[in-house]
Amino acid sequence: MKFERYGIGIAKGMALTFRHLFRSPITVQYPDEKLVISRRTRGNELVWFPLSCTGCATCAKACPQGNIIVQTHRGGESKFIVDKFELDTGRCMFCGLCVESCPYNALAMGLSYECAKYRRGDLVMNKEQLSVCPDRQPSAYSRPQFEDSLPEQSLLLYDRAVGGQKLTFLPWSKRKRGPGA
Amino acid sequence: MTLLDQFQLMLKGLDWPEWAVYLTPAIVGILLIIVFVLTIVIVFIWWERRLISRIQIRLGPNRCGPEGIFQPIATAVKILLKEDIVPDKADKLIHFIAPITVFVPILLIFAVMPFDQGAILVDLNVGIIYVIAISSISVIGIFMAAWGSGNKYSYIAGMRSIAQMVSYEIPVVLAIVGIALVAGSFSMLRIVEAQSIPFILLQPLGFLIFFLGSLAEMNRSPFDLLEADSEIVAGYHIEYSGMKFAMFYLGEYGVALAYAGIITTLFLGGWQGILLPPVLWFVIKIMLVFSVIVWMRATLPRMRVDQLMSFAWKFLLPMAVINLLLVAAEVLVLPAGMLWVMVLINFAMAAVLILLWSRLFTLGGGRVEV
Amino acid sequence: MPIKTEPFYLNVGPQHPSTHGVFRLRLELDGEVVTDVEPIIGYLHRGIEKLAESRTYTQVIPLTDRLDYLASMTDNVAYCMAVEKLAGIKVPERAEYIRVIFSELMRISSHMMAVGFYLNDCGAFFTPVLYMWREREKIIDLFDMVCGQRLLYNYMRVGGVSQDPPGEFWPALKKFLAEMPRYIGEYNQLIKQNEIFLARSKGVGVLPRDTAINIGASGPVLRASGVKWDIRKMDPYSIYDRFDFEVPTGEAGDCYDRYWVRILEMTQSLRIIEQAISQMPAGGPVCADVPQFFRPPPGETYGYIEAPKGNLGFYIVSDGSIAPYRLHIYPPTLINITALKDMMVGWKVADLIVIFGSMDVVLGEIDR
Repeated sequence: MKFERYGIGIAKGMALTFRHLFRSPITVQYPDEKLVISRRTRGNELVWFPLSCTGCATCAKACPQGNIIVQTHRGGESKFIVDKFELDTGRCMFCGLCVESCPYNALAMGLSYECAKYRRGDLVMNKEQLSVCPDRQPSAYSRPQFEDSLPEQSLLLYDRAVGGQKLTFLPWSKRKRGPGA
Repeated sequence: MTLLDQFQLMLKGLDWPEWAVYLTPAIVGILLIIVFVLTIVIVFIWWERRLISRIQIRLGPNRCGPEGIFQPIATAVKILLKEDIVPDKADKLIHFIAPITVFVPILLIFAVMPFDQGAILVDLNVGIIYVIAISSISVIGIFMAAWGSGNKYSYIAGMRSIAQMVSYEIPVVLAIVGIALVAGSFSMLRIVEAQSIPFILLQPLGFLIFFLGSLAEMNRSPFDLLEADSEIVAGYHIEYSGMKFAMFYLGEYGVALAYAGIITTLFLGGWQGILLPPVLWFVIKIMLVFSVIVWMRATLPRMRVDQLMSFAWKFLLPMAVINLLLVAAEVLVLPAGMLWVMVLINFAMAAVLILLWSRLFTLGGGRVEV
Repeated sequence: MPIKTEPFYLNVGPQHPSTHGVFRLRLELDGEVVTDVEPIIGYLHRGIEKLAESRTYTQVIPLTDRLDYLASMTDNVAYCMAVEKLAGIKVPERAEYIRVIFSELMRISSHMMAVGFYLNDCGAFFTPVLYMWREREKIIDLFDMVCGQRLLYNYMRVGGVSQDPPGEFWPALKKFLAEMPRYIGEYNQLIKQNEIFLARSKGVGVLPRDTAINIGASGPVLRASGVKWDIRKMDPYSIYDRFDFEVPTGEAGDCYDRYWVRILEMTQSLRIIEQAISQMPAGGPVCADVPQFFRPPPGETYGYIEAPKGNLGFYIVSDGSIAPYRLHIYPPTLINITALKDMMVGWKVADLIVIFGSMDVVLGEIDR
């Protein structure tokens, strides 16, 4: 006599959820614990190298939305001097087509993702805000020369231990509370 | 002789006026119960959120106070600060009275909950029947909330709720009668004192029926189609906000506490235990029952309304009747002092009955020809 | 004397926790039994087809990401295949294998999401969702390693893929493949025999075989009704004829079969990925040499693939300029929901949500 639907399915399911009580949670308590992001991340900003840029505006032609404005004037030795290199990060979808198309490796995606501003107008970046500097480093998206200098990504597959960021429960004394703490 | 009766005798001995002798123990008892209920409900809210989070391999609320114990207070403050919106097409009087009708009977159940040897507000000799009668009043409250909101979603919820809560009363009552047969009385104090072996071992089938029936009375998963978040977006309390919603919210956890207390009293031996003070054992057992309720909520999908009804009428009710007949036969036949035999017989019969009945039972409903 | 009753209209509106997206369903109820269903779409229309007419072929690729935003890789693959068919571009070997691996990973991720949210609609308060999202998080981490984004990848290009996966991708992928069968076993333990779930989904929302073929359904919805039709076997595109895999079908065409077909397809996808890793050439170019503003010859073509939701096709008309003259998208889910009226009438309100969840719709695709 075959018995079915007498409750064994429910019991098996409940046994599985009971087992999960003893596994450690996979939550990352941002901003106290931060994961190491991918090397090729297309973060929320772009990094411009003024020394390599020739003002050819290939990036402006490659953008699907027309976010980049390049304005130049002719300088000595038939070179262009870039007056205005403006990028609207509010409209940008960070697809990376501009970075891929630059023939002189003068543009790269950024690493930072904490770029919120209080006004929409502040999201339009001019060339000083886009230039490379110690706290605006490029990511390795389409720029393999930067790949070795960036740390490895922390993966859930390896229990997030790779990247030097094994998750622990932060003790109460080390947690910051409140917005923007 | 409950503790409050002894307190009353002591006051009479101190020559207090008549009305003070009558009122003071009552007020002291009521205040203690309200404090107990509100505190444990807050603990329940926190415990449920943390337990479900750990089952779902995530952290629960852990920011608001150490390990998040002030989170329910933050929730309560948030709810109180919200604007009380009454929809235009609602029936104003019914919309106003409904939360009170839902919440007050739940508080009344605690009048007969034994916390310790003799620590009970009123020792009614129909204790458990009083509980069932009072908890049926909240059904009217839910229907008033559903109808008075003027919203089609809550109207559907109201229709479902009447059917569900009325049909699950009967197996619950029959399971209780089985307990009362073994204990010999309906009074809650006597039932606890009669449990030399906890009744969960003596009547496993009765426990199962009562547990599932009380899940349905509480509108908790897997029978929570009253507030099915994915279908009728919050069911009967869609149009409530502010303090009225707080009454519903408290009422939901309050009734979970009440039924957990009843299950502890009837089946797990109430306040009996070794080493620790009895009140602490009572609270520990309540938390255990509540954890099982939360565990079921986290795991199981919910049933459809006609499947729910056929589960009550075609599965629980016949089982409850057969259980009652069995227990009655055993109480008649077996001599006193041979309770272990009853344990073995009852477990075997429970297993056989569930396996056999599941072959006969088909979950009803299907496609209706239109 | 018959009692005069009025029909009861209910609007399962655009804002609802379980229509996956902004989808509106106008119901006519008789008590709790549904007598008529009218789906109303268009709340997420963004004009992708019109926008594509003013962008070059490479610039359209981020737009196609946003169609079925839960399975962006396969959208990209379908579009790039259509353009390559139009222009006669040959994709290098290594790029073909990489495309297959990522399409199958995307299929696993999309099916996990579909099954998880189907169970959420049945009422199991998020627990299956979170268990499946743990594995989906691992897949998305791998995608993040390759192309830098977690949801909208913009990874495929006309003529191949944009970058070669880095060195640490392959050991991580192998570890994922080794672990995954055990987790699929856990999901089956949680769900497959659960009596409440069986009662909710067995026999509910049956789509008969002939109706499914007549309306042109595709994907797991069609295969669950008993039709063994998978474009990867019937009309193999790319290099799918080199792999050995099965096409799971159901028998009854109810919601349970649609769920079970998706679980079986996940295991088949794991097989395909293992074979692809072993057959892949070790080096070589990952993209054909295609100029930035390339002009395909004038003409029209229709390129279609087996996306996780069904048969996704792109119809491109070119007039020799740098932008397509007309781009039309054939979404599988739009055609699948034309069967809603047959499936839903006669069932109760609670079944409605379950049936809709088992169809696995994404509004981005329907409304474009």
